[in-house]
Parts: sequence; structure tokens; C-alpha cells
Amino acid sequence: MERDESIRMYLEMVLIRRLEERAAELYQEGRIGGFLHLYIGEEAVGVGVVSARQNGDRIITAYRDHGVAIACGLESRVVMAELLGKETGCSKGRGGSMHMADVSKNFWGGHAIVGSHLPIAAGLALGDKYSGRSGVTICLFGDGATNIGYFHEALNLSKVWSLPVLWICENNKYGMGTSVERASAVSEIRQKAAGYDIPSARVDGMDVVAVHEATLGALKEIRAGGGPRFLEAVTYRYKGHSMGDPERYRQPEEIRQWEENDPIGIFRRYLTGKKIASKAELDESDRKAEAELQEAVAFAEASPDPAAEDLFDDVYVEAQGLGTRPGAP
Amino acid sequence: MREAISQALWEEMERDPKVFLQGEEVGLWGGSYAVTKGFYDHFGPERVRDTPISEAAIIGSAIGAALTGLRPVAELMTVNFALSAMDHIVNQAAKLHYMFGGQMKLPLVIRTVGGGGRQLAATHSQTLDVIFAYFPGLKVVAPGTPEDAKGLLKSAIRSDDPIFFIEHATLYQVRGEVPEEEYTTPIGSSKVQRVGQDVTIISYSKMLDTSLKAAEQLAQEGIEAEVIDLRTLRPLDMAPVLASFRKTNRAVIVEEGWKSFGVGAEISARIYEEAFDYVDAPIQRVAQKEVPLPYNRSLEQLALPQEKDVVAAVKEVL
Repeated sequence: MERDESIRMYLEMVLIRRLEERAAELYQEGRIGGFLHLYIGEEAVGVGVVSARQNGDRIITAYRDHGVAIACGLESRVVMAELLGKETGCSKGRGGSMHMADVSKNFWGGHAIVGSHLPIAAGLALGDKYSGRSGVTICLFGDGATNIGYFHEALNLSKVWSLPVLWICENNKYGMGTSVERASAVSEIRQKAAGYDIPSARVDGMDVVAVHEATLGALKEIRAGGGPRFLEAVTYRYKGHSMGDPERYRQPEEIRQWEENDPIGIFRRYLTGKKIASKAELDESDRKAEAELQEAVAFAEASPDPAAEDLFDDVYVEAQGLGTRPGAP
Repeated sequence: MREAISQALWEEMERDPKVFLQGEEVGLWGGSYAVTKGFYDHFGPERVRDTPISEAAIIGSAIGAALTGLRPVAELMTVNFALSAMDHIVNQAAKLHYMFGGQMKLPLVIRTVGGGGRQLAATHSQTLDVIFAYFPGLKVVAPGTPEDAKGLLKSAIRSDDPIFFIEHATLYQVRGEVPEEEYTTPIGSSKVQRVGQDVTIISYSKMLDTSLKAAEQLAQEGIEAEVIDLRTLRPLDMAPVLASFRKTNRAVIVEEGWKSFGVGAEISARIYEEAFDYVDAPIQRVAQKEVPLPYNRSLEQLALPQEKDVVAAVKEVL
């Protein structure tokens, strides 16, 4: 990796951490509604994966999507505005925490039904293949998604049609509160790819460099016409599944052990140890992230709510001339 | 009607390389109802894509392809199997455009075959149209004539919205005039299929045929029924229904699905809401008996709405 890119990735990881911490506070203050699933602890996966993509590569993920959104280049202010339900949010306040997207940045969401976006990812890849484009679709999902039928239908189709898709399982050890061992027939998730003859690898999801390298390698193979690939990134979420999680299923000691292997700490030690960046430079990145977040919250708070008269906008692309009353199509 | 639907697909595929088909047995087999016979040889395997028996993958991947700007026509062999793809139809196709603030478009057609009457028993004979019509974000089309089937399908393929297109299994053999020249039929417009002044019969799909036959029978007794074909369930075009009702003051709604929470319930409620002052008699509903459709031929026909049921309902409101 280039030095500049390394520092940018570090900044992104810190930015995600600060964004999620601030989001948790705003949620507790009642300013963010619905469900809130935080990415804290998993930053190395989103940043490591997305930093390895080329422009034409599409990203699609599940509902734990804020971090991936930031990694895809969405500004923290539009992410924060979406969390606050504002018109200036990336989904105009219609989607909220679980449904963020910016297709201009090739970020295709933010999907909240577990596993449901995997067949859609296969279709995105089909679209590129059909149209003769070289892009790869990179699809992230949790370990919990690998027990649902959509996962199996999508992997099968991707292999049968040799689609340019990279399946990335973010194995954070728990599907909500049920551990992988209690929910999945195999605890090494990547073994499931073997059933579809898809080559797979397992990578340390707390190490952004390892994730980045593994993603680059898989993308290269896919671009060479090798069909789909599967990557399992072993990671850990420090916070509950969502803000309403009582966390009766794990001990504080387990969380503490993972926090000692914090992805930001690991990367920081790597950057200073290899003399890629100085401590002062990284401290500067920390301050930048803090300042950007403050600005993002101020922007989001100052932004307008969606207008009441726009309630029916975007139910359909073609809503005119249908002879229907608003509200009763 | 089979030929009309086939023509619509063929012409749109010739017209736009972004249009492609996918589904179970649409290719080599030629379509389980022979609608796509000859397509595979002409358009090739990239544009006529045989899929695994994998409904969530068929619809989910069609959604993804549509998001990239293609115009997939995804076929579900029967509407009963759509239940295996319900999440993708309901939670994804119907919502993505709205939920992401208008930035995603889904120029997607889901073609499927619905209806009973062929002794396929309860799991293969359902008329589930209203379930799909429940969801804002989807458009639901169910043609009753070959002319409309062709025109509506062409409109559906050109539309940028996700469209659930339901063909009735027993209408494929129905014959009818189809214009020679290029045409499309607007989605979301009901149509007067027979003019009359004594009573309004509101129907669509297979029950349009049943209703028109009942109307002919009634005409022999001097009763002139106006028959409205809804053609699209969502968005629902009530204007011709209300115009007709204000003239006849009496209505019978005929649907093949179950009566409870059905098309008849919706249409009659709308009439009561919007034309209450014109009501001269309680509106009648003709629908399927509320049982899982039985295999036995006579029991099946007993459960399905018949011409004579329509005639009896009309006499009730007169």
C-alpha cells in the first residue's frame, strides 16, 4: 500500500469509530430512532475490503452499514444526517441507519433483511457481466446470514453462472446473541463455500492490512475470469447486536480480550513500527476525525426534515398519469 | 393469449438489448407454458437464461440486474412459487426505490401464472393477486384479453418500476384480436369491455371472460350489464368504475380469489366511499369459496366462481 493510502485508511477507521460512538450517544438521547447497529470493532473489515476495490466495483452490505458507507466515500455528514432522518441524508431520511446507499459511489446499500441482499449482489454482478463491464460486486454479510436459504441460493447461482462476485463473510462470532457454534453446522464459515465449489480463504478481520491484501488477491482472481470467491474475515463487535441488546450471552472478559486486539490499535502499531507514519501524524488524523465528526453532527442537526408534502415522492418512478388519488394508488 | 404474450416479449427483446429473460425452463425447454418457444435459439443463452429451481435467486438476481440498468423479465413458473421469493418481491422490489430516496430504479418485470381450474389442487391453483396488490411500490397487472396482454406487457417492460404481471393459466388458449401495428397499453387504466346501463360488473383476468359470458346470458333476459376490466390492480383506476356506477347504481364484483379481504372488498369500499349517494342496492361480491382448492373436478368447479353465480348476483342487485 502507498503511504498516503495507509494514512487515509487509518483516518477512515478512526472516523468510523468516532461516528459510531457519537451515534450511540445520540441514540441514547433519543435523537436517532429505530434500530442502531454499530460497527465498532469491525472497522478493519469494511476499510480493508473497500480500499482494495477499483472504481467499477460495486459494494453491497447488510444493515450494519455505517462503516462500509464511510469506507465507500460517503461523507460522515450525510451518514449522520441519515441517522437523524434528515432530507440531506444519503437516503433522504427515508431509510435510516439500516438503509444507507449512494449509487454514485457504487455503494448499493444497506439491506436489513438478513441474507436477502446476497441474491441481489449476484444480480449486480450479472448486470456487469451481461453488459461486458469488468467490475466485481463485493458483497459483505454476517455469519448469521450464512444459515438462511438466500445465502445458499445466491452462492449456487454465482457459481453456476460464473458471476464476478466476491462474497465476504464478516464473522463477528454472534448472530444477534446466538454464537456461531450454536447456530451454524460449521463454525469455520468458509467451509460452506466448498459446497458450491467456490475457492475460499479465512483472514484476520482485525488486521486491516491482511484484509486489504486478501481482498486484492481475490479480486484479481475474479477479474481473471475465475468466477466467484469467498472470504471469511474473523472479527468482533465490541458493542451489542444493536442498542437494545442486553448482552446476556457473553462475558465482559471476552470483550476485553478482543479489545486488546483492537483493529485501530493494531494498524497504528503497524504504521509506526514500519515507520510508514509517525505517532504525531496519526494523532493529527485522530484530531481530524474528531473535528469532522463535530462538523457532521452540526450539519445533520441543522438540516431540515423531509417535507410533509414529499411523503409520496419516489413510491414509483412513473407515478404521473395513472388516474389515481395521492395516497390511494 | 399465449401468442400475444410471446409477441410482446419477442418484440421488446428485438427492440432493446437490455431486455432479457430468466426463469425456470424459459430457455431450452421453451417455457413451461410454451410462451418462450424458439427464444433460446434466436436470442441465445445470455438473454434467455435458464435458472436453477431457486425462486429467491431468480427474483433477487433480477432485482440486482435491474439496478444496473438492465430490463430483466423474470419468470416464476406459477404464482404459488412466488411465495418462495416473497421477501425479494415485497421487502426489496417494492421498497428499494423509495427507501433509498429515489436513487435506485428497478425496471423489472416479474411474469407469473396464476389461477385455478386445472385440477392441480391446493398448492398449485391459487389466485394470489390481491396479496401482491397490497404493497405500495409494486404495480400489479393481470390482463383478461390477448390484446391487453400484449400491450400491457410491452408497457411493463418499458416501465422503470417493478411490475408483477399475472397471466391466468386457463387464458393461454383464449383467442382474440390483436392489432397488427405496434402499440402499448397504459398500466393503471381500467377499461369498459361491454357497455350497458342496468348494472356494473367489475372484474379482471379470467373472471372478465366469465363476466362477459354472464352478461350475454343476462342480455337474453333483457338485462344490459356494463362490464369493467380493471386490468391493473395497483395502481387501481377507479374512474371508469365510478362513472359506470353513477349510471347504473348497482354493482357486482367478480374475482377468482377468496372473498375475504379481496378485490371485491376493496372495490365495494371505494364505491361506498366515493359514490355512496348513487347506491341503489347493496353491492354483491362473487368469489371463490373459502377452502384450499380441491383436486376433484366437480368440487374444484364448485369452489370456483361460475357464470351462473354472476347471473345470480346481478339478479340480487336488480
